[in-house]
Amino acid sequence: MNKTFTLKNVYVEETASVVGPTEGAGPLGDLYDVVIPDEIYGESSWEKAERKMLIESIGLCMNKAGYEPADFDMILAGDLSGQLISANFAARDLPIPFAGIYGACSTFTLTVGMGALLIEGGFMDRVIAGASSHHETAEKTFRFPTELGVQRKATATWTMSGAAAVILGRSGPVRVSEVTFGRVVDYGIKDANNLGAAMAPAAFDTLERHLKNLGKRPEDYDLIATGDLGSVGQIMLKHLMGDSSMGSGNLTDCGLLVYDTRQDTHAGASGCGASACVFSSHFFPLLKKGHIRRLLLLATGALFGLTTAQQKESIPSTSHAICFERVEES
Amino acid sequence: MLRERESPQAKRYARLVEQEKPRVDVGGNVLKAFVVGGTICLIGEVIKTYLMSFGLSGEVAGVWTSIALVFLSALLTGLGIYDEIARFGGAGSAIPITGFSNSVVAPAMEFRSEGAILGLAARMFVIAGPVIVYGLVSATVFGLIRSVLF
Repeated sequence: MNKTFTLKNVYVEETASVVGPTEGAGPLGDLYDVVIPDEIYGESSWEKAERKMLIESIGLCMNKAGYEPADFDMILAGDLSGQLISANFAARDLPIPFAGIYGACSTFTLTVGMGALLIEGGFMDRVIAGASSHHETAEKTFRFPTELGVQRKATATWTMSGAAAVILGRSGPVRVSEVTFGRVVDYGIKDANNLGAAMAPAAFDTLERHLKNLGKRPEDYDLIATGDLGSVGQIMLKHLMGDSSMGSGNLTDCGLLVYDTRQDTHAGASGCGASACVFSSHFFPLLKKGHIRRLLLLATGALFGLTTAQQKESIPSTSHAICFERVEES
Repeated sequence: MLRERESPQAKRYARLVEQEKPRVDVGGNVLKAFVVGGTICLIGEVIKTYLMSFGLSGEVAGVWTSIALVFLSALLTGLGIYDEIARFGGAGSAIPITGFSNSVVAPAMEFRSEGAILGLAARMFVIAGPVIVYGLVSATVFGLIRSVLF
């Protein structure tokens, strides 16, 4: 059943998040480190604004933990733009070895998982994992111009503007204890306005393998959080879990926590930023304070491109699972 | 090779997705589109009647009305208001000539950051282009039919 890695020596030291104004007005608004005043953030393009958010989240994370760039062995980061221009250009300003990683909206747990294995394997001591997405950059790449008068489908998610970074190291308040990387799953869904439905089978595949590999049940986690399935995707995941008689009482979705229903964002938040920012600003403090002890985070990604969507291909998806555990004080 | 996307399980899943899609309020949307579209047309009629009161012919006043509506829509698009109207009005704001203006101005604004030629000018008709192409095609076809039959 393709391995689940159990780790003993990797911890989340610190986190930081930078989000857009719409996200700042949402229910988690007070928890983010920085809420930018407008989507362009003083830059001349959406792309530059997203890059600035990612650089800021990484810089802020380093400052909060009191580190210098020389203290890090690697940055692993990704975003949704073509050729990973946000992450690649952010890395231009950071004197740390860098690898851009693309997992669509699953990027956050993919970078954390890979960073954690590099540390567990003994190769590295401290790694930054990060991810970013920006509403306007993503709309421009995948959908319509911002000011075009279109009605969005009820099943469509709202790519959130948000960047977050976490520092992985050999000590810290929260331990990275289990990692299962996702297979690419495709149930033939072609509707790019319903990515939640396309991604739910991928989340289920990884969740099922993770639990089977470890002999665990969903109740063994205080919270199982998917990345950005949204309202429709979550219903589909519950169907799939119900079909294999798993309980789903402790299931939540990062995308559903970002906005409230007044904000007309339809099925919820999506984008690399969703799982990254919600983990950094919401789950990490909850774990630190002991309100939750074990969190299974399954960021979900739709691995399609505009070209494949226009060529009427179905949407392959993936999901990577990471278990974060509170370190009990002895 | 595993081809799960063609499996019976995937087909069952696709049916379930269709069932779980949120229902769209068609009646409400039609009513909103009627109100917004009707208001835009009413504004047009007001402009046209006003111009005709200066002695312009209906045809000339109609041309000036179109120009005025295209300008107003472009202005509202630039100010970030038209997409809010469209979010409410749907087809009611997309079908009138104001919608056409919006579909040209919006991508022009979006791609301004890629330069005046390869950005703004090249991408300006990315949405309106197909409308123009198939508008001309259908005009030609129906023109031919008309010239043969009548």
